[in-house]
Amino acid sequence: MKRSAPLLEMRGVVKSFPGVQALRGVNLTLGAGEVLALLGENGAGKSTLMKVLGGAHVADEGRIEIEGQAITLGTPLESREAGVSVIYQEFNLIPELTAVENIFLGKETTRGGFIDRKKERQRARELFQRLGTEVDLEAPCRSLTTAQQQLVEIAKALAFDARIIVMDEPSAALTSHEVARLFAIIRELKSQALGIIYITHRLDEVFAIADRVSILRDGSNVAERPVDQITRREMIEMMVGRELKDEFPPRQFNPGKIRLEVKGLCRERAVRNVSFNVRSGEILGLAGLVGAGRTETVRLIFGADAREAGEIRLDGNLLAIRSPSDAIGAGIGLLTEDRKLQGLVLPHSVLENFGLPNLERLSRHGFVQSRQEREEFGNYVNVLGIRIPHQEQPAVHLSGGNQQKVVLAKWLARNCEVLIFDEPTRGIDAGAKYEIYRLMNDLAARGKAVIMISSELPELIGMADRILVMHDGRITGEIADARGSTQEEIMQMAVA
Amino acid sequence: MKVFFKKFVADYGMVFVLLLLCAFFSVVTISDQSPTGEAAAAQVAADAKALGPAPLVLIVVGDQPDDAAFAAMLEKDLAALGARVAGVAKGEPKDARAELEGIAASGEKLDAIACTKSAGTWLLFADLKTDFPSLGSPRLLAPHSYRWPNFLKSENLLNIANQIAVIAIIAIGMTLVIITGGIDLSVGSLLALSAVLAARFIRDFAGGVNASAGGMLLACLAAILACGAAGAFSGLMITRFHIPPFIVTLAMMLVGSGLAYTLAGGQSIYQLPDSFIWLGRGADFFGLPNAVVLMLVLYAAAHVLMSRMKLGRYIYSVGGNSEAARLSGVPVRRVLMIAYIVSALLAGLGGVIMASQLKSGSATYGNMYELYVIAAVVVGGASLSGGMGKMPGTLIGAFTIAVIQNGMNLTNVESYTQKVVLGLVILGAVLLDKIRHAR
Repeated sequence: MKRSAPLLEMRGVVKSFPGVQALRGVNLTLGAGEVLALLGENGAGKSTLMKVLGGAHVADEGRIEIEGQAITLGTPLESREAGVSVIYQEFNLIPELTAVENIFLGKETTRGGFIDRKKERQRARELFQRLGTEVDLEAPCRSLTTAQQQLVEIAKALAFDARIIVMDEPSAALTSHEVARLFAIIRELKSQALGIIYITHRLDEVFAIADRVSILRDGSNVAERPVDQITRREMIEMMVGRELKDEFPPRQFNPGKIRLEVKGLCRERAVRNVSFNVRSGEILGLAGLVGAGRTETVRLIFGADAREAGEIRLDGNLLAIRSPSDAIGAGIGLLTEDRKLQGLVLPHSVLENFGLPNLERLSRHGFVQSRQEREEFGNYVNVLGIRIPHQEQPAVHLSGGNQQKVVLAKWLARNCEVLIFDEPTRGIDAGAKYEIYRLMNDLAARGKAVIMISSELPELIGMADRILVMHDGRITGEIADARGSTQEEIMQMAVA
Repeated sequence: MKVFFKKFVADYGMVFVLLLLCAFFSVVTISDQSPTGEAAAAQVAADAKALGPAPLVLIVVGDQPDDAAFAAMLEKDLAALGARVAGVAKGEPKDARAELEGIAASGEKLDAIACTKSAGTWLLFADLKTDFPSLGSPRLLAPHSYRWPNFLKSENLLNIANQIAVIAIIAIGMTLVIITGGIDLSVGSLLALSAVLAARFIRDFAGGVNASAGGMLLACLAAILACGAAGAFSGLMITRFHIPPFIVTLAMMLVGSGLAYTLAGGQSIYQLPDSFIWLGRGADFFGLPNAVVLMLVLYAAAHVLMSRMKLGRYIYSVGGNSEAARLSGVPVRRVLMIAYIVSALLAGLGGVIMASQLKSGSATYGNMYELYVIAAVVVGGASLSGGMGKMPGTLIGAFTIAVIQNGMNLTNVESYTQKVVLGLVILGAVLLDKIRHAR
C-alpha cells in the first residue's frame, strides 16, 4: 500500500450503549499537519467517537486505519502505542506529582531499575522547547494553572510520540490570552506534521484554528467541509438540525427598583471591597478573566464561603447570610459553574436532585410529599423540555444541557428573588443555550434580579443589560449599555 | 411489573444469594427428625388406639427435658383411650428393666411399650422375648420419624434471627453513617460500654437483683444516652474539626472499650434481676423473640425514614455529593451529627439487648462487632463511598452472615474455618454486586 494514505481514517464506526445508539456508522478522516474541528451538540457522539479512538470504548463495528494500516483499539494503551493521544476536558494528571513525573508516568526513563531524573528533566525541557513554552518542572501539578496543566498534557502526548492529538474542549477553562497561546502551540504541532482533532462549542475558534470541519448529529455525519466553505450560521444549523433565527432571544428591558444591594464585600485577596446592585427586571453581567474574583464574589453573596466584611440587602432589608441555607431562605439561588461537582448529586435521580432545595416546602411533618414533588417536577420537565426517560433517571447519564436544565428547574421551583448564573452555558449545545437564555429573560421579565457570569464575551454582550468588569478581586469598570459595547472595550478593563 | 422487578433485583439482588444459602444449608442438614414432648405423645397415643380394648401399656422415657412432658401427656391420653398404664419408667434402661420385672412378677401380659424415639432404641427391648417371656409380645410404640432439614426447624430459624438481632440493629445506624460517606468503628466498644453501664446502673442505683421494671428501664435508657453522647462527640470532631471519620471513631473505639473495662473492673456484672432477660430472651409476640420484634420495628421505621422522609433524602444527598447538598441548602453538619448519634444510640441499644440476653454486663461484649456490622451493611449493597444503600438490603446482609454462621455450626465446621469462609463469602457477595452493577 504505497498510495499516500491519510494519517487517520475511521470508517463506519458503530457503538451502542444500553438503550442508546451513540454512533451509527460514523466516518472521519484526518491528514498529517491538519487541524480538524469536530462539532456537534451534546449527545451528538463526538465524545464517544473520541473515546473509541482513545481506546476507552470498544466500537461494535467499524474500521480504523492509521497511515493505511488497519489497527484494533481495545485499550487506552493500544491507542497510545498506535500514536493517538486524547486530552480530555478533565485532565489525567496526578495532582501531587510534578510535571516531569506526570509526563513520563507509565514510560519512565530508567537506569539500572532507578528512575533517571536528570535525563527525564532534560527530555521534558526539550519537549516544552518544542512547544515554544516553559513550565515549572518541579512544582506539583496541582499548583499549576489550568493552562499550564494543559501544556503538561500536550508534552505528555509528545513524550509518547503521538501523531494524532485529540483535544476535547481545550479552551473551556482558559482565558482568551491563554487560548491565543494554545493556538500558537497547535500551529507549531501542525508544522511538525501532527494531526489535531479539536472539539469545541466555540465557533469563533473553529475559524481561527481549524482547516476542516466535521459535524456530527445524533451519531451520524452531517457534513465535512473546509473551513472557508462554511459559515457560522450554517454550522449552527447543521448542528441543531433546524434553522436558527438568532443566537440570543429578543427581550424588553424595563428596569425597576433596586432589589439586591451588595456593599463592601471582602474575602482575603480574592474579593476586595466589591459593591454593586441589581434592579428588578435587570440582567447584570459579570465579566473578567478566570480568577478575577467573579465566582468568589457570588459565592460570598450565596453564603458558600464566609465573608470578612460587607453587607447584603434584598429589597432594602439587611440579610444575615452565613450559609447557603440562609441565602436560599432569603430567596437567593446560585447555579454553580461546575454542575457535576457542585450543582448535582450525580448518582441520584433527577427527581431527588430537583427536590433537594425544595424539601422544606415539599414535606409535611418530615415526610416528603412525593406526589406533589413528582407533579411539580413533571411540569418543569415539560416547560423546560428536559429530555429524560423517567424521573428516576440518575443525573449522571444526562447530557450537559439536560443537567443544566435540571439544576435550573430546582431553582425555579424555589421561586428565588435573586438568581445567580455562573457560566450557565458552559459545555452546552446551541439549542439548549437558546432555551436557557429565554428562561433568564423570562425571570427578569417577572421582576427578579438576575446576575450572570460568563467567560464568553459575545454571550455577555448579547444577554446582559449592564456589565461589571472585575480584575484581581476588584470591580474595574462598568458598562451601562451592554448591547452597545464591544469585546475589546470589556477586555481593556479586564486586563487593567 | 417488569420495571418493579428490575428495580427490586438492582436494589436487593442479594436476597437471591440469601435464599440460595438457605436452600444449600437445608439440603445438607436434612436428617431424621422425631417429634418430642406433647406432639410425640399425641402421635403415640393415636397409634395405641390400634391395640384393642383396655390394653396394658408401659411408658418408658429418657431424662431429656421434653421427656417428662411426653410422659405426662401420654399418660393422660392413654387413660382417655381406656388403656391401663402399667407404670412410667423415667431415666435409664435400668429403670425400665425394673418396671418390666415388676410387671413380669405380677404375671400380666403387657400389650405395648410406649416410648420416646431415643428410648425405643435401647438394647433392652430387643431382647424382651428371651429376658421376659412371661410378658407375651408387647408392641413397641415410638414416635414416627420423618426427614426434615435441621436448618429449617422453626427453633433454628428463630435462633438465627435472635442471634443476629443485635448486629442487625446496630447495622441500621451503620447504614446511615455509611450512606453519608463515613464509617463508625466505635459501635462494638460502645456496645460493651452500654452493657456495662446498664448493668452497673441496675446494680448500684436500681437495687440490683431486686430492681423494679421502671428502675431497669431508666438504667438502660441512661446507658443508651451515654453512648449517644459519645456519638455526638464523634460527630462534633468530624463536622467541626474535619477529622476523618475513620480516625475519630477509631479513637472512640479505644476510649469506649477502655472505659467499659475500667467501669466493669475487669469482671462481668451479674447482679441483675431475673426479669431483666425479658428483652433478650422473652418471646411475647406470636412466639417471636422480643429482640427480633424490636429489630423488625426499627427496620420498618428506618426504611420509612430513608425512603419517605426529608431527613432521609438529606442523608443520601450528603453522601452523594456533600458540596452540592450544601449549596442546595442542606444542613450538612446537622445531618452528619444525626447519623453518628443514631449509630451510637443503636450501639447502646445493642449493648442493652446483649446484657439482657446474657443476664450480665461485661466489657468483652461486642468484640469485633464493628466489622460484622460493616460487613452486613456492605453485603447489603451500600457503597462505602456514600450516597447508596437501602435499609432492607442491610437486613438481608445481616441475615446472610447469620445464615452462613448458623449453617456452618449445624454442619460442624470448625470455628476457625468458619472465619475463613465468612471472609470469602463477604468478598464474594460484594464482588457479585459489582459485577451486577457493571453490566
